[in-house]
Amino acid sequence: MRRNVLPGLSLSLGVTLFYVGLIVVLPLAALIFKAASLGPSDYWAIISSPRAVASYRVTVLSALGATAFNLVFGLALAWVLTRYKFPGWRIVDAIVDLPFALPTAVAGISLTALFATNGWFGSILSDLGIRVAYTPLGIMVAMCFTSLPFIVRTVQPVLEDLDPALEEAAQSLGGSDWTIFRKVILPLLAPALLAGLSLSFARSLGEFGAIIFIAGNQPMSTEITALLVFIRLEEYDYQAAAAIASVLLITAFLMLAITNILQSRALRYTMKG
Amino acid sequence: MKIRLDHVVKTFDTFRAVRDVSLEIESGELVALLGPSGSGKTTILRMVAGLEFADGGHIYFGDQDATDIPVRDRGVGFVFQHYALFPHMTVQENIAFGMKVSKVKREKSAIAARVDDLLRLVQLEGLGDRFPAQISGGQRQRVALARALAVDPKVLLLDEPFGALDAAVRRDLRRWLREIHDELGITTLFVTHDQEEALDLADRVVILNQGQVVQQGTPEQVCREPGSAFVTRFLGDTNRISAEVRGGVAYADGAAIAADGVANGAAEVYARPGDLAWSETGPGIAASVTRVLDRPGGRRVIAITTTGEHLEFDVEPELAVRAGQQGFVTLRRAQVFAAG
Repeated sequence: MRRNVLPGLSLSLGVTLFYVGLIVVLPLAALIFKAASLGPSDYWAIISSPRAVASYRVTVLSALGATAFNLVFGLALAWVLTRYKFPGWRIVDAIVDLPFALPTAVAGISLTALFATNGWFGSILSDLGIRVAYTPLGIMVAMCFTSLPFIVRTVQPVLEDLDPALEEAAQSLGGSDWTIFRKVILPLLAPALLAGLSLSFARSLGEFGAIIFIAGNQPMSTEITALLVFIRLEEYDYQAAAAIASVLLITAFLMLAITNILQSRALRYTMKG
Repeated sequence: MKIRLDHVVKTFDTFRAVRDVSLEIESGELVALLGPSGSGKTTILRMVAGLEFADGGHIYFGDQDATDIPVRDRGVGFVFQHYALFPHMTVQENIAFGMKVSKVKREKSAIAARVDDLLRLVQLEGLGDRFPAQISGGQRQRVALARALAVDPKVLLLDEPFGALDAAVRRDLRRWLREIHDELGITTLFVTHDQEEALDLADRVVILNQGQVVQQGTPEQVCREPGSAFVTRFLGDTNRISAEVRGGVAYADGAAIAADGVANGAAEVYARPGDLAWSETGPGIAASVTRVLDRPGGRRVIAITTTGEHLEFDVEPELAVRAGQQGFVTLRRAQVFAAG
């Protein structure tokens, strides 16, 4: 190893690798190992059973919907928090982190109470013919709630560091506000937005506690994949649980890989050369 | 395009950045706004650009009152201190930005041709596909200039254009900017805190202090006839000697300097290091040498007078002078201002 003037490198490297191995890699390896103990045909039969496929569909579609919503709302929130200092700004800024800190079950129970047909929001919405609790829409609401901070907190620092002179330059060249947002600001936020999106989507895919209260958990319609894994575990069917969990794992890996590729492409302008 | 500032005022919170500035810049002129930091020079430039709005007074472009015209409609080219190039766009895309977003629609081929012309003008042919992070500071500066020129501005404004560059690149770019200005004949206003840069480059220098114009004129005028002690000090190294004026002559300890028009009483004499001479015999201001600094072009002597004032002056490289030596300083040329 090259000599380095900064101390403590080899020790911290060793500790870190050991920790990552013990806490992250080992459990995942055990999961793969468990799933692999099934034969290919059994494995396929479990992960492609109608009930499992229905759970993938509702989970992925709800997560996509929640992420799309958070993309717009999270970006707007980050924008407002960086550009305007209004009274109560600090409180709003702190509230953004609440979904991180709050036990997800608490979130699930409060959302259910609000959106149940006799709740504050639910009663109004049911008059309009919209049902949220115990439908896929409810799953989406819960996912939106728990994954909102990811987009706000990844975009906010980048927005704060954005040189105001860039916008002034674009203005002096005749750009309208919308053009400047589209051609200057958005491309510079793209890497952070992508990171926030993938984190938000991954969190939504794996969310459990907040959803099971509001979802209704009807197999084939409002049963999410994570719950199906849990049900198989309760039935002591460890192999099936591992097999379905491995699908979530692989999806998460693929998504991280795709995000990394997109991100490095969006950041190619920073490369020296 | 002629620019006229008429009693312009700007206050930030409680800080009065610009206090009643009136200024005229003739069409095609290259003018420097020179002043120390906090003198309001950048604020004036940004108000001319429309990046700040004046609290009072008017700014005219030709006969048109431009005071309330927003920057995007004002038709100015602005070069930012740190260039503000769009990092995610190539050099070409940066230069083309203004033409692409313009309300005047241009053919793609026309834009490409204009970008090529501008790249040639700023001597960056072949670098069009690079990103700003991949070129040097001096090259970025030239891209910023090309981008500002691409929209055919009526006025070119530069904020500390060479501030972030090293000395050698600075000198080259300075000459080159002068050539571009002479070629295009565009009215140009730039801000600097570097007196050498202002004197080197500008047709006319406007010297600012504490939000007010203290003197303006050609480099020759401000150098030969500085109007105040501040201007004298700000334009370059100078020695300050206390003196007493009686009947149009300033008497310092052992020297008498003509001081026409300076009121009787305490005064300050200012003399550049090159305007003092050293001799071992009198007459002159008695002093003893404390240090000698050797430089490629000569020797800089630091001496202290019997009244305790420090003097710095340059002597021929051959002159044998050393610390501790006693002698006399004579003034070849000096400016006298009433003390205040």
